[in-house]
Amino acid sequence: MFKKILIANRGEIAVRIIRACREMGIAAVAVYSDVDRAALHVRKSDEAYPIGPAAAAESYLRMDKILDVAKRSGAEAIHPGYGFLSENAKFAQACADAGVKFIGPTPHSMEMMGSKTRARQEMEKAGVPFVPGTSHGLASPEEGEEVAERIGYPVMLKAAAGGGGKGMRLVHTRQELRSALESAQSEAQRSFGDSEVYIEKAVVNPRHIEMQVLADEHGHTVWLGERECSIQRRHQKVLEEAPSPIVDPDMRRRMGEVAVKVAQAANYTNAGTVEFLVDPQRNFYFLEMNTRLQVEHPVTELTTGLDLVHLQIRIASGEKLPFTQSDVAIRGHAMECRIYAEDPDNNYFPSPGKITLLLAPSGPGIRRDSGMYEGWNVPMDYDPLLAKLIGYGTDRQQAIMRLQRALYEYFVAGIKTNISLFQRILRDADFQAGKLDTGYLDRLLANGNPALASHAPEPQIEALETIAAIATGMFAVLDPASPVSKNGNTGGSASAPSNWKQKGRSEALR
Amino acid sequence: MVYEVIVGGIVGDIVAGKVGGKLHRLELEKAAGGWECRLDGQTVHIDAVITRRDVLSLLVDGRAYEIKREQTATDLHMWVGSTRFAVELRDPRSLRSRQKAAGDEKGPRKILAPMPGRVVRLLVAENSDVEAGQGIVVVEAMKMQNEIKSPKKGVVKKISATPGTAVNPGDILAIVE
Repeated sequence: MFKKILIANRGEIAVRIIRACREMGIAAVAVYSDVDRAALHVRKSDEAYPIGPAAAAESYLRMDKILDVAKRSGAEAIHPGYGFLSENAKFAQACADAGVKFIGPTPHSMEMMGSKTRARQEMEKAGVPFVPGTSHGLASPEEGEEVAERIGYPVMLKAAAGGGGKGMRLVHTRQELRSALESAQSEAQRSFGDSEVYIEKAVVNPRHIEMQVLADEHGHTVWLGERECSIQRRHQKVLEEAPSPIVDPDMRRRMGEVAVKVAQAANYTNAGTVEFLVDPQRNFYFLEMNTRLQVEHPVTELTTGLDLVHLQIRIASGEKLPFTQSDVAIRGHAMECRIYAEDPDNNYFPSPGKITLLLAPSGPGIRRDSGMYEGWNVPMDYDPLLAKLIGYGTDRQQAIMRLQRALYEYFVAGIKTNISLFQRILRDADFQAGKLDTGYLDRLLANGNPALASHAPEPQIEALETIAAIATGMFAVLDPASPVSKNGNTGGSASAPSNWKQKGRSEALR
Repeated sequence: MVYEVIVGGIVGDIVAGKVGGKLHRLELEKAAGGWECRLDGQTVHIDAVITRRDVLSLLVDGRAYEIKREQTATDLHMWVGSTRFAVELRDPRSLRSRQKAAGDEKGPRKILAPMPGRVVRLLVAENSDVEAGQGIVVVEAMKMQNEIKSPKKGVVKKISATPGTAVNPGDILAIVE
């Protein structure tokens, strides 16, 4: 087993990995950019080293600096977390060359899965189900028209090197195809330096369901159940759950077996996720494989009782999987809310800044993986994910109720967060009924103002307004010296009287 | 103590900056076991304790509330449970707050940076006419661009934002009159 691991990441995931290291008696080495000196992952680490300016390209993406820290600190392995260098085959190779173990798959498996067309060719050989389409880039608009005619409209054009919705176009008719192909190709060229675009039948109102796999370096591969990730915005997941409301044990086993087949075809090792599109008839199609630990891994941990980061580290150190497929049992229901620094009143625009007050929930069935603390200044330079709030229950309904309760306890001031969005989703009838697809969240948000829609009937609002008015006065009376009541910005509170004046006035009232 | 408290609608209902809402007259007087509270002529017995900075435990006729107070770049907010109200407190006898209240309805309005970020570009020039809700400045944070909009119809009197520079919450970006 390793004695020291470097964590090449920041935020909640770095904290989560550091915690696993501490639990396993392994020293954790953090790296940080200039704006992250006071970040939680630095505070929690055993050793920490600066790696450069705020811009990720000059710090968290700098392989040379990270490998230099590994060498200086004597770290034997590097955990890349998610994002940053986690799916960079060159980095995995550079680690191997430097004699440091990369906690993840081999560069070869990563490369195979990194190109969507190449992954598709390999998977077709292995007999994995696909959305009908081509497994190579389109040579000409005529070829595109011919294939689209064969598989039927609507079709989806996708960049081979793509991700995050870039270079993707939905095409409904033959007339639209040519110009959509041209713009997808030029966008792909701009975004990824590669204009290869392929074509697939568009699955209308699909669900996005993924399967967790784990493979050791001795040829054992297992699946650990699915995660329903259909609740997305701007191609970013917002809420995930395990198990999926529509997957029964038979479908789970079939998806799991396909996922294991995918992993084996790529000689995959360590933790990985096989993503599927699922159509309304519950047919599932291979989408892609994510060659890293996922943000939403905790829901699988709660429903399987396994610690995926512990297992990643044990696998990377050469241990065999300590269990077999038949030992894996799914129990209960877990759901994760991604708490982002985003302003719900301003189209979910990022909201960095100083956290002036933080009240965090706890109690039965609640897990919180957080990278923030009160007094911390959320930098503007990185992804806005602050924390993950995960609810666990005997069944889906209890998990929902526990999360609702915990969200009610959760309070963050100074910056804006999307906490109110989850209160709204969890109350929504379609969500509660498990009627989800990837268009769900856009439809919900198109349906009026979240802050208003989330509220009770008029008389109840009036009662709360009364309470707000009384509280405003009581704060001024009890805490007249606080910066808030002295702040002239709001005009009114500037005139909160001093203790002396108050005394004089209350006397005068008699 | 006598206050006037303006409670705006639930936040999210408010376009920008200014709180518009109902005016309440609030009288608070120390009484046995708490406070005598007269709100718009109705009297209730309350008890209130600040349990930590900006967190108030309020008991109104036995009903318990936890209220959180938040000062944003532009407003004072009271969170009752998870419902947020923009509020404004005035001392009715203060001349300054009366003048301020009167002057708030019209006249120049500052457009403030709602969060830290970088100014990317200007969407209008000084002295141009703008509509309420029209974008004035684009500010970038966390790799997302955000249009900061005009709170009213009027003329852009001044633009203080400079493309490429960093701004902090509460910094004046422009003034619309």
